Amino acid sequence: MPLLWLILIVLGIAAAGYLLGRGRALASVGGDRRALHSLPSYYGANVALKAVVPAVLLLLVWLLAQPFYVNSVVSGLIPDSEIAEGSSRGLVLAEVRRTADGLDAAVAAGQMDEGFAGNAGADAAEVTQKLKDAGQIVTSQITAPILRAAQEYRVQNAAGRLWMAIAVIAVAVLGALWGLRETSAEFRARNVVETGIRALLIGAASIAILTTIGIVLSLVFNTVEFFRLYPASDFFTGLNWAPSFSGRGGASDLGVLPLLWGTFYISIVALAVAVPIGLFSAIYLSEYATPRVRAVAKPMLEILAGIPTIVYGLFALLTVGPLLMTVFGKEGLGWMQAGTAVMTAGLVMGIMLIPFVSSLSDDIINAVPQALRDGAYGLGATKSETIRQVVLPAALPGIVGAILLAASRAIGETMIVVLGAGAAARLSLNPFEAMTTVTAKIVSQLTGDADFASPEALVAFALGMTLFVITLGLNIFALYIVRKYREQYE
Amino acid sequence: MFDTPNREASVSQTDIKINARDVQVFYGDNHAIKDVSVDIEDKTVTAFIGPSGCGKSTFLRCLNRMNDTIDICRVEGTILLDGEDIYDKSVDPVQLRAKVGMVFQKPNPFPKSIYDNIAYGPRIHGLARNKAELDEIVEKSLRRGALWDEVKDRLHAPGTGLSGGQQQRLCIARAIATEPEVLLMDEPCSALDPIATAQVEELIDELKQNFSVVIVTHSMQQAARVSQKTAFFHLGNLVEYGETGQIFTKPNDPRTESYITGRIG
Ligand SMILES: Nc1ncnc2c1ncn2[C@@H]1O[C@H](COP(=O)(O)OP(=O)(O)OP(=O)(O)O)[C@@H](O)[C@H]1O
Ligand SMILES: [Mg+2]
Repeated sequence: MPLLWLILIVLGIAAAGYLLGRGRALASVGGDRRALHSLPSYYGANVALKAVVPAVLLLLVWLLAQPFYVNSVVSGLIPDSEIAEGSSRGLVLAEVRRTADGLDAAVAAGQMDEGFAGNAGADAAEVTQKLKDAGQIVTSQITAPILRAAQEYRVQNAAGRLWMAIAVIAVAVLGALWGLRETSAEFRARNVVETGIRALLIGAASIAILTTIGIVLSLVFNTVEFFRLYPASDFFTGLNWAPSFSGRGGASDLGVLPLLWGTFYISIVALAVAVPIGLFSAIYLSEYATPRVRAVAKPMLEILAGIPTIVYGLFALLTVGPLLMTVFGKEGLGWMQAGTAVMTAGLVMGIMLIPFVSSLSDDIINAVPQALRDGAYGLGATKSETIRQVVLPAALPGIVGAILLAASRAIGETMIVVLGAGAAARLSLNPFEAMTTVTAKIVSQLTGDADFASPEALVAFALGMTLFVITLGLNIFALYIVRKYREQYE
Repeated sequence: MFDTPNREASVSQTDIKINARDVQVFYGDNHAIKDVSVDIEDKTVTAFIGPSGCGKSTFLRCLNRMNDTIDICRVEGTILLDGEDIYDKSVDPVQLRAKVGMVFQKPNPFPKSIYDNIAYGPRIHGLARNKAELDEIVEKSLRRGALWDEVKDRLHAPGTGLSGGQQQRLCIARAIATEPEVLLMDEPCSALDPIATAQVEELIDELKQNFSVVIVTHSMQQAARVSQKTAFFHLGNLVEYGETGQIFTKPNDPRTESYITGRIG
């Protein structure tokens, strides 16, 4: 039975439970709802919750546990002789699974009948041929033990799924009955439902938090693993970034400084573009623009924020780079060797950040109370005096927060760098040279056929960790400042 | 309308500081001020009284063009300050507001130090030649605002850290630091305790020697204590305007009488 059906059945039981619970509650007081402790719908919701929550929890646990159980059963069927030199039990198991999936797909497509697919005595070579004919991916000749294991795998899985459906439906029905049994006029259904809802929300929040913790932990473990293979002091102080991809030479230089420098240089160029333009446009929009101009201009500016960064990357590569070349390149001032450079990526990234800075600053400037402006105007201040001396100082902490948030976006940006800044890790002051950033190097270290146990690949985690710590620090600092600012007018 | 029988006509003519004729104010379609004509005398305290929402603040804000900052607000009619139309194209509202200062209904100190709050106006108008002069202006204004003793030891603490009543006196001190010719006060005492109120009233009395003061108040007693002239507004109309004593003892209009005796609220 497909999962979707199972879930629909559980929901159906819950819906029926809702109506029954509601009806039963009303019936228990002869239709006089004032005699009930809670509104009738709470009795229904209580039954529905009791039907859904345990059933869904069981479903989740079963879905997670079944593969482990089936794998361990099937693994016992594979003799050690089947595990080739240089291979492992895991790889053989993967082949078993592939075969089983192939059989499933062939049966589903009607190219093989169930009897043949499940036939324990079937000839392995014949099955292989049939699978190949059916267009299923089969690596090589399937051996008899693997075929047996795959067949067992299918049997176990089918049985597991059947039992799962039975168990889940049973739990749902039992839950609904439990809820119905409780239903009586004195039962405090509202409190139970409120507790249930709270538990649901806490559950959602903890999933978010646990995932974050999980991601950070995996970063930490892999970073530690990397530092076991490569000295941390070389990583943090090395001036050279030259990974060797063969992995045999072992002569990789993995110094993070050139990458950090590239990151900061490009971010600074980006902020130098985005902060003045973004801030000035925010001031114009919030203080000078008529409502009609504002109604048009603000959404237009925010469209910039909706453009995917890869499009900005294309813009950098195909438009801004060549444009800069005509001015600073060989035909012009001769400072620039190629279109990909710090300047190209920085300019485009700055354009990307303009709406970010402007819309945050605009909100912050708007939050400055009108009474402050009135106070300044009432003393005979001009518009620009009022903005410079009263509005901006009042909004400054918030604006600084906005800029820091923009900075952490600039630091984390990847696509524009890959397409606009080149791939050379370099410590240089010339903004017309190609450079690269931490994020771009993480991508290049992990794409291609990397060996995930080598320092050249693991360094990506150390780079990610470095970046994470930097942006986390910036974000915390920004939030701190923004929060402090908020308290000012409350 | 303008009746000071004990003075000669020629003198009284120059004594009029603000002359408003047929003023109409609209907020979008809302006709908030209807046909108001009023003469505000120099060196006098004029009180605006009337029920909430009758347009006192709106009319007060017309006198220094603060309504310009509200997009939907439209002002018609003429308002003359010393015989000059303040809504004339050639008039710079910024200069006008330096001459016609304002204290708002809600205290609105800038998020700056107490000192910088007071020094703000003198600085932008270049009233002080050096730091010593500025210090002197700040001290004098704070003294007149009855706040000096409370803040003299913390002039560089933020103005927003003061209590509500102190903030309001700070705003009053800030407004008089620019030496305006007319001071508009919108319920300046609504957040003050009786002692501070008495101090502000004393200040108003003192300001009257040199300036013309217009005060909006909800307190009949205050209007009677501090003002020489009183204007009663009702639903956007100026119902009655005259000597304070006469308004409070024998008003001509039945609406004025009901308001003063507490029947219109
Ligand atoms: N900024 C504004 N936008 C739209 N309408 C406004 C605005 N300010 C005031 N009004 C309207 O103008 C009318 C007069 O308001 P105003 O603030 O002048 O009353 P008020 O006499 O000062 O009242 P209060 O004693 O409560 O301060 C009211 O009907 C109000 O709704
Ligand atoms: Mg008012």
